[in-house]
Amino acid sequence: MTNDALVTFEGVVKRFGSFVAVQRMDFEIAKGEFLAIMGSSGCGKTTTLRMLAGLEAPSEGVIRLAGKPINDLPTWSRDTPMVWQSLALFPFLNVIENVEFALKMRGVGKAERRRRAEQWLERMQITEFAGRNISQLSGGQRQRVALARSLVVEPEILLLDEPLSALDAALKVRMQSVLKNLQRETGITFVYVTHSQSEAFSMADRVVIMSRGKIEQIGTPQEIYRTPRTRFVADFLGSSNIFTGKVAAAEGGIVTLNTPAGALSLASPDPSAHAVVGQTASLTVLDTKTNLALRSPSGRDLNAIPVRMIGEEFIGATATVYLETRDGQEIRIQKSHEELANLPLQIGQEFEAYWSYDDGHLVMEH
Amino acid sequence: MSDKDTASINRNRAVDGALKLYIVLGYAFVFAPIAASFVFSFNSDRFPSIPLGQFSLEWYQAVASDPLVWQGLRNTLFVGVTVGVLATALGFGAAYTDYRYRFFGKQVYLALALLPPTIPVIILGLAMLAYLSRINLSGNALSVIITHVVICAPFAMAIIRLRLSQMDPDLEAAAWNLGASEWAAMRHVIVPFAMPAILGALFITMAVSFDEFAIAWFVSGLNETLPVKVLGFLQGQVSPRINAIGTFVFVTSMTLVILAQLLLTGRGEKNRPAADE
Repeated sequence: MTNDALVTFEGVVKRFGSFVAVQRMDFEIAKGEFLAIMGSSGCGKTTTLRMLAGLEAPSEGVIRLAGKPINDLPTWSRDTPMVWQSLALFPFLNVIENVEFALKMRGVGKAERRRRAEQWLERMQITEFAGRNISQLSGGQRQRVALARSLVVEPEILLLDEPLSALDAALKVRMQSVLKNLQRETGITFVYVTHSQSEAFSMADRVVIMSRGKIEQIGTPQEIYRTPRTRFVADFLGSSNIFTGKVAAAEGGIVTLNTPAGALSLASPDPSAHAVVGQTASLTVLDTKTNLALRSPSGRDLNAIPVRMIGEEFIGATATVYLETRDGQEIRIQKSHEELANLPLQIGQEFEAYWSYDDGHLVMEH
Repeated sequence: MSDKDTASINRNRAVDGALKLYIVLGYAFVFAPIAASFVFSFNSDRFPSIPLGQFSLEWYQAVASDPLVWQGLRNTLFVGVTVGVLATALGFGAAYTDYRYRFFGKQVYLALALLPPTIPVIILGLAMLAYLSRINLSGNALSVIITHVVICAPFAMAIIRLRLSQMDPDLEAAAWNLGASEWAAMRHVIVPFAMPAILGALFITMAVSFDEFAIAWFVSGLNETLPVKVLGFLQGQVSPRINAIGTFVFVTSMTLVILAQLLLTGRGEKNRPAADE
């Protein structure tokens, strides 16, 4: 355990009857970091957050907050405020009374709690709404009230359960920067649960990717994006082409796989790469690192496979071209319009898709 | 104005008028006897007949000067208020249990909790009399209170349960999460949220107790409530005093029910969100 770990999960398991929501989870949350927990619905991300908040008790294992086990601590005795997906603002209280609530429950005097609540209203730029009813606020304003209500006790950690899911796209982006700035300024540890890759990757220092109650990978957005640890992660992010086959050779820092699309190689930067000949493994390559040419490119250390174009899509400055390999697998490349300008992009056109050994990344099957 | 215009396009005037007439006739049928009683209570004639005599408050004076009526009214009010408070408290507990917990046999629990009003009052009254006299509780105000609470608590539960079902299920947990113990969350979140329904239940249960006759007649003994007293008058003689008492009871009950209605429907209108930033 490192010194700056604020939260540690040690062998935490959560079962609901015979359903295992979270399987043996071991990880740490560092003090002051912005951690996103991401996964599709039912992957156990919200259960993880609720265990941290004390709304669910772990079936096994220990959760520590600042070194102390908190398994048996009721939620009202923990300082782990949460921003709810539904926001859960109190409809019978006005804005400032909502913000004061946690202070009132802690026995803070009337004048003092009004003063501290007003500070947070100001910080969230909602001072003018102090006397309003919750029902009179817009979605974005409610969001700010919910944040102020949770942060007014100035906790060490703030839990957020998909807080932006109800907002429209433009407001979502604006609230993302509000959240990120708030986290940076306060230094409060944020644990942010979301199913949205863009939210997780744009705000978080580290991302936890979960699937079926298991942690698939923990890392910075860059690490996860460039070097997905499992095939699930590569699939989930959806930004890589994935070729699965058996390891044919692994020597001299080069690993070669026999895949249905042909023999493909990659440079493995880790000399002790655990690739064993005969094992099933996948090669992933980012769609932005995959190139397209009419003829087989010359050059050392390149993989090239014949493909046929099946579609294209333009999103802003980039274009996505969809292609099919000989064995029928769909792959994708993403390039700027300029980079594609010289190619005859027509459905049915034959191309060579190629990429450098260095851009390939090895994922072992578990 | 434009509201009316667009609405009228899709309406047939004849059908509209017929429906309105139907409602007026329906209400007239229901309220005519009460209205008659109301009118005759202010009529100087000894017997209810048309044409009316003069306007007079003599029957109200006669009622007001009868100490037995005052006794009955005091009993009724005492019983009504006590029953309202007890039944609402019980109903709230039962509704909260249903809201908060999941347990084996919950359907049975709910069915039993809502059962009493479906039992014919004569049977319930007889059963209560037999039971309460066995444990020496019959024949006083307490026995009326006990029996009325049995009848009224399910109404209170139904009203409060409906309100709790409209509550964001995260609200209570959010209060805990912000440092409220279970009791504090109950006091600062659940009760304030349910308050319109709690007050509504209070008024409705008071009104039910106020009006209830059959069971009170079985178990009240010497501590007669007003409706039981009215029967006493009727058995002796048909007097316009009945009309005066009836009007009074009706106005009181209607006031309570209308208050409850205002509380229960007044809220919820405000829940429309404002336009986004």
